[in-house]
Amino acid sequence: MYKMAVIGDKDSIYGFACLGIGIFPCEDEAQASKTLRELAKSGYGVIYVTESLFELLADDVEHYRDLPLPAIIPIPGVKGNTGIGMRNVSLSVEKAVGSDIIS
Amino acid sequence: MAVMNVNPTRMELTNLKKKLVTARRGHKLLKDKRDELMRRFLDMVRENKELRREVEQAILEANKHISVARSVMQGQALDVSLMLPKQELQLDVTSKNVMSVNIPVFEITKRSARDSDAYSYGFGFTSGDLDDAVESLGKVFEKMVRLAEIEKSCQMMSAEIEKTRRRVNALEHVLIPQYTDTIKYITMKLDENERSTITRLMKVKDMMLKEQIESHKFQT
Repeated sequence: MYKMAVIGDKDSIYGFACLGIGIFPCEDEAQASKTLRELAKSGYGVIYVTESLFELLADDVEHYRDLPLPAIIPIPGVKGNTGIGMRNVSLSVEKAVGSDIIS
Repeated sequence: MAVMNVNPTRMELTNLKKKLVTARRGHKLLKDKRDELMRRFLDMVRENKELRREVEQAILEANKHISVARSVMQGQALDVSLMLPKQELQLDVTSKNVMSVNIPVFEITKRSARDSDAYSYGFGFTSGDLDDAVESLGKVFEKMVRLAEIEKSCQMMSAEIEKTRRRVNALEHVLIPQYTDTIKYITMKLDENERSTITRLMKVKDMMLKEQIESHKFQT
């Protein structure tokens, strides 16, 4: 049995608490990286990360990319949409096909 | 010509021929696997992009409501109202095998089925925008889970496709040419040996004939 979590700045993620997702407010990179690792180890199957943090955590995310769990998914925060989520999808296409053929 | 470093013997030749057959078979299978993976992957990626667009839009919408709520209410009051959720989620993860890639399938079970349990606060002292935010998040939530599932699957499949593609290319451009070239080299070498044996035998036969004729002449 797994759980779900959201990591991000407080304003962006508090809304998710009411859905029953675990919320883990993080402000800076070091703290977020530590939280992410701990969550991945302790039975969280899906971890949503706000886009601004997702960008900073690229190395950690890369580590979990080829593992079946956890799924680390970028979501837009209150500060708006940076488009990194879409870029991430394009990256998979590029990796598989060689160039981004779906744009 | 990429000839392997082998002895040009008949035994080596049969071995190589067997290996070539296996390599060709493997190449064909892997190529089929790659094509099928690619087909499914492209379908999935299209769905992924579509879902992501929807989810991002909905979350932005919800965030707008929360921002308004935060500006209307006191920050602490807002935090407090969201602090103790009534709802609890559990995530069931099973895996599905797609062309030997184990992609995850997520399924959520809520502790209570009532949607109204998403509201963990009394309506008396909170802004209506907060209710809107919670409602819109609740609506998009199923899509978010599906997004997580499909995005993870896409990542895993793209890794698998990359791996398979490398294998196919290695077989097609390195291993199989190497085998065919070596087989050609060995057959040519063996043929050459045979020819040289024949000429040698003919030469020996000639010499023996000549000797016999001469001895015959000598006797008469």
